[in-house]
Formats: sequence, C-alpha cells, structure tokens
Amino acid sequence: MTAAETVRDLQALFISGNEAVAMGARDAGCRVAAAYPGTPSTEILEYISTYPKVYSEWSINEKVSLEVAIGASLAGSRALCAMKHVGLNVASDALMTQTLIGAVGGLVIAVADDVGLSSSQNEQDSRHWGRFAHIPVLEPSDAQEAYSMTRFAFGLSERFAVPVLLRLTTRICHVKGLVRITADESIPAQGFNKDSSRYVMVPGNARNRIPQMMQRDIELARYSEDCELNRFESGSDQSIGFVTSGAAYCHVREAFPDAPVLKLGLSHPAPVETIRAFAEGVDRLIVAEEVDPLLETELKAAGIPLCGKEILPRIGELTPTVLLPAVASLTGESCELAPVRESDVFPRPPTLCVACPHLGIYYCLAHVKNTIISGDIGCYTLGAGHPWNALDTCISMGASLSVAQGIDKGRSEHDANKNVIAVIGDSTFLHMGMQGLLDITYNRGNVTILLLDNRAVGMTGGQNAPSSGLDIQGNSTIQVDFRKLCEALGVKSERIHEVNPYELPTLFKALRDEVKIAEPSVIITNQPCVLTERYSKQPALNVDADRCTGCGNCLDVGCPAILVERRETVVKPNGREKELAFVKIDSAACTGCNLCINTCGPDAIVPIQNFSRINAVEVNA
Amino acid sequence: MSQITNVLIAGIGGQGVMTAADIIAQAAIRCGHDVKKTEVAGMAQRGGVVTSHVRFGERVHSPSIMPGSADLLLAFEPAEALRWAGHLRNGATALVNTFAQTPPVVSLGLFEYPAAPLEEMARHPVSTYSLDAGEMAIQMGDRRLINSIMLGAIARHLPFDSGLLKQALLERFASKGSEMLSLNEQAFDAGRSMN
Repeated sequence: MTAAETVRDLQALFISGNEAVAMGARDAGCRVAAAYPGTPSTEILEYISTYPKVYSEWSINEKVSLEVAIGASLAGSRALCAMKHVGLNVASDALMTQTLIGAVGGLVIAVADDVGLSSSQNEQDSRHWGRFAHIPVLEPSDAQEAYSMTRFAFGLSERFAVPVLLRLTTRICHVKGLVRITADESIPAQGFNKDSSRYVMVPGNARNRIPQMMQRDIELARYSEDCELNRFESGSDQSIGFVTSGAAYCHVREAFPDAPVLKLGLSHPAPVETIRAFAEGVDRLIVAEEVDPLLETELKAAGIPLCGKEILPRIGELTPTVLLPAVASLTGESCELAPVRESDVFPRPPTLCVACPHLGIYYCLAHVKNTIISGDIGCYTLGAGHPWNALDTCISMGASLSVAQGIDKGRSEHDANKNVIAVIGDSTFLHMGMQGLLDITYNRGNVTILLLDNRAVGMTGGQNAPSSGLDIQGNSTIQVDFRKLCEALGVKSERIHEVNPYELPTLFKALRDEVKIAEPSVIITNQPCVLTERYSKQPALNVDADRCTGCGNCLDVGCPAILVERRETVVKPNGREKELAFVKIDSAACTGCNLCINTCGPDAIVPIQNFSRINAVEVNA
Repeated sequence: MSQITNVLIAGIGGQGVMTAADIIAQAAIRCGHDVKKTEVAGMAQRGGVVTSHVRFGERVHSPSIMPGSADLLLAFEPAEALRWAGHLRNGATALVNTFAQTPPVVSLGLFEYPAAPLEEMARHPVSTYSLDAGEMAIQMGDRRLINSIMLGAIARHLPFDSGLLKQALLERFASKGSEMLSLNEQAFDAGRSMN
C-alpha cells in the first residue's frame, strides 16, 4: 500500500511516524513496549501507553528498556523498545549478546536518529549497529511505511529468530502523513521454554551460537534480494539511477522525479545482486543515504561502480536543496535553485521557561567564583547559554558526576582552588548518574552535586519517571526518595540539603558552604517542572517604574518574562559610562514565582494585585 | 511539483504553530489532497523558533519545503516573518502577526530586535498582510486565540474554500466545550475579516 493509493481515502489517518510505529506495534500483537524518553522517539511510547492491550513502561534507561523487551521476547511475546540514537549506545551491551540468542517472540528495536541535530548532543548513524550486531535494518520513508514496516519487523524477527532494528530519523518520527491501517493480528504467546544452551551466554554456549549467527547473516542477505520492502521504481531518464532509503528516498523522488530508483526498505543486509543488476541499467549510480557511507562502502567493495559521499555531505539531511547541486556537480549541468534571501534576524535559541526552577540555580552558579561546572543532558544544559554561561561540560547522560570526579582527581596546581560542581536532573540521575555518585563516594572524591529534582523528564515534555511517583499512564507508584538514595550511595547525611530553588539566599548559602567542604555533598532542589500539572501558578508580577533604577540585576535571572522597556547610558562619578536597562514584566507570561524579587535591590518588582508572596508550591498530582 | 502548495507556518514554541499546521493539513485532506506536514521543533518548547511545513497536492514526496519555494507564510511573530521571508518564492503571500515577542538575548542587549519588521518585509518580492492578532486575542480575552485569528487571516489565500478551514478548526476544538468553540469561531471570523 503506497500513500498514493490512499490519498482520497477519507478513512486514512493523518498521523506522525511515531504514532504509526505505535499503531503498527499494537496491530502486530506486541504485548510489551518499553522506552526511555528521547527526542525524536519519545511519542512512540506515549502513544502505545494509551493502548490497553499492550503493557508499556518508561524504563529507567535504554539498556533497561531493551532488556525488558528481551525478557518479553524470551517469554514468547512480541516486544518493542524505542529510543533515540544515543540511547542505543547505552543499550548496546545487551544488544551485542542478545544477537547470539536471537529472538523468540518478535523483538523490535525502534531507534530514532536525529539527522541534522535538532535536539541532540551528536549525530549518529544507527545503521552501524545492524552491521556490528549482525541484525537486519528496516528503514521506513514515511508514516505509512513506519506503520507497515513495524508490523513487518515482528514477523521478520520471528522468521529469522533475530532482533530487528527499525531505523527512524527525525524526518520520519515528526512528519505526519496519510496512513491506512490494516486488521490487527492476534499472536498467541508461545510461553517461556527453558533452553540454557541458548539463553545462558557463558563462553561455551556463546561460542556455539556464533556460527549460527553467521549463517543467519547469509540467509538474511539471500532473503534481502527478493524482499518486498526493496522496490524498483522505473524512471524515464536512465542517465542517473539512485539507490536510497529512509527519508532520503522522499527527497530523491522530489528532486529527480524522472530517475529510476531502487528503494531499500530492508537496507541491511543490502540486496547486492539486485543493486548490481540495477546499476547495469543506468548510466550512473548514486547512493543517497543518511548519513554515513555504509551501503556505499559495501557496494564499492562488491565492485559496483557508483558515486556517493564524493558529492554528498556526510552530515545532515539529503534534502532536494542538497541533492540538486551535488548531482549537478557530477553531471556538469547547471542547477537553478531558487535564490535564497538570507535573514539577519537575531538568533532565538531555546531558553529555560518562565519561572523554571532551574533559573535560580543558574543565577547562583553564575555568581559563585572559581568553579568548574560539569553538566549533563536535560533542560539544565541550557545553563551553558546566556545570561548564565554556567556550564563547562556536557557529554552524555550521567556524565556530569563521573566527569566531575575525573576533573577533581585530574586537577593540577592550576586548578587547586577550583570548586568542582556537577549539575544533573532527577531523571538523568536515575538513568545513569547514580553510578557516578557511588564512584565519587567510594573513591573519596570532592564534588558538590546539584541534583535538580523537578519530578519529571523535562526536556522531552514532562514525562513521568521514578522521581514523579507516577507511571507512564499517570497512575500512582513508588517515588524515589533522593535523600535516602544519596545516603545509601555513601553521602553523609549532613552533606545532603534539600532546598527550594526559588529561595535564593538559602540556595546561595548551601552552595557556598558545601563547596568549601572537601567531600562529596548533594544539594537537592524540590520544586516541580513548570510544564507539569504539579506546578501551580501564582499571581503575576509587575515593575513599579518609579522605583526601577535600571540596574539590570533581574535580567541575570534569565527569565523570558522580564523584558527591557528602555535603555539609558549614564556617566558615573568616576567618569565611566554605565548602561541602564529599565524593565517591565510580561504579565501574561509571568506565573509569580517571585525569583526575580530576590534580585531587586530597590523593591521595584511587586505583585500585580495585593497578594502575599507565595513561592510556587507543589500540589498533589 | 508545480501543483504542490507549500505553506510555511512559523512562530515560537508555545504559540500553537503545530496546531495551526494540523488544521490546515486537515482541511487539505478534506479536499482530497495528499498531505505531508513536518514538525521542525527541536527544543522549541523552550522558547525557540518553531516552523512547520505543510505541503499538499496530487502526490507529495519530500515533506520539506525547499528554500525559495513557499507559496504562503503564516508568521505568528514579526521577527519570525523576517527570518523566514527568504523561504518564500517571488510573488508569494505572507500573513504576519505584528505582536512582537522579544527573547532574553534581546533583553540582555546581545542582539537588537528589528526596528521596523514590516518595512523590511516590504523589501521582499512578496505580498504581506499584517494584523495585530496578539492584541486582538487579548481583547477577546485569551492570548491563545492568536492561533484561530491567524488561521482566519490565511483562509482566503489557501487554494480551497475557507469554510473547509473553519470546519477543520471547529472540529479541532469540538471537545473543548461550547464556550471555547464559540470563542475560536469568533477569532477565526475576526482574522478572516482583516484582509
């Protein structure tokens, strides 16, 4: 079923690739789905969590989510785990051995690459895992294929007893298209059958499984040659043919409507002989793949003449705007793209939200001297930006603690007086930060840890985590007690402080006291993410223009609701010029967290109405 | 490619860009078009730039509008209109909400907000229609109505009956209660009467 056939079918659903994957899993009879949130994959589990027949969970990290799916597969049920590209790095330990065991119930790993880095710390090509782990890779090109290939993946997994990688990209996950769904399957659970020679991967057993894995590679490669997901599309202009997959296929069809195309849905193992035959029918063959030259390298090794990354970039999307001039450079023809008029408008980078509980943290960190601040993955990574500039590293989930430990142990005399600080959120701490804390306490490190507990996975949209006390459906469950957890991991009770991040004096005192003490300490903040229902808005604030002296201190908070009304330059008694910024507050956006009041010397910031000063308080969720 | 209509919707996280794009897409589906809609959001929930591309026609392949080929721009903020004006083809139409939202980098004095964004828009070879949807929405009692006002403003520039767009809008808000429904209908009509 192609989109063209469903265009005028009003029964077709207009859904995103992520929702299509969710529906595909549901309709394939998937019984267990697990994930850790990560852009652009997050919505897959959010949608699945609304289907009553599928057990779903937010796992505490991607490795756990894969292992939960593996367990379900071994129990004979169809299972899916979903993650962003960097999540599969975390999960890869389990993957690299599970591939020897294979799958019992269909086991599908949906991995979403952030091609173009819209919201990630790197750009990776997850198709590498197909080669490394000896597993097949499916690459849908739109939402319809995301649905049908997810369903296909479960069957493929069971047919070859192999985990299947469903490789998505941002341009699949977050693009809506028309999707027709088909009747659901009812898959009887097979049950768990003890088979220790296969499931217990000790050296003797694992060694015996390797040849079977190699044989599976051969069978999959043979299967790929005739697989229905690998499709030839004829074209009237034989001068250039394309081998392509994923989102790049759509761009190729857009840019070169007359070119013959070999579209790979099962892109690994590649149908090498089919491609060789295709190559013979065109004057020139171009491989268009996002983003690494994987197919290209394999096909060149197979002796197929082609062109790929010589003309195409190795980063970012292969949009028509990229493809057209690149191909023109090969053919020597002129390429007439519409002239692009560049904009010189100011940048509008993402910011912390109005009243975000992290604002106070970064206000303090920006005002504490002699720091090296090790950061982590989450909203609070934005602390690296203006006006705070209070983050010195950001690498991977949980790295703030262990990197801080390394900075502490590796510091030379140049940094003897520096205060080493780690900043990490609640969910990231539970994902992979706990181990770093134990490493610090066990090895007598000296790091001051800011554990920003806002009870949610903020950056991906406020999903629940063990810190929320709520499960994926919002039902009540255990809530982690961070004080007890940190104590259990070896932090002294008197070195743990729970503070309200809107109370700047308390926060400053805790931070200044703890950085002076040469042992691990943890400052836990306790106010909820403003995007979640736990946050309660308070009456908005206003600026008394008669009192505002234009000092600009409140702008250092970085709250987007504080705006500059006018600027003045004055000459101080010492002859130096000083810029003054008189402010106003966007009352429609302000939620009255009162943080900025703490920074205003002349008491110019006042509640709009005569309300008492109440800090944002947590309400029962 | 020539029969494809390319609509670029641009604004800031939280303004309802995605919802507006969804509603335009639904109306296009109702006309029997193939439709694709992207959500280039990134970390936009945090006050960053948000764009959505809606492409519809006989058969849509790439979900991305090529720079210089957008037929319509629905800009929820004047500086965002300027940022994306270059994506419009010559002779295209831009609908601009003149209600400005300045980001912290401007408040901090690191960058300047364009002094006269509409005058700068006039330098582009496109037809620009402007309205203060922000002020209109506040007058109507809820800033979130910007979305429906802007949809009303684009209605007659789309290549299908504006009633279809209104119908898609009302279906979207059908579950929100009769008061919200009525407010959004009024907002749509107010936007439609502006140009």
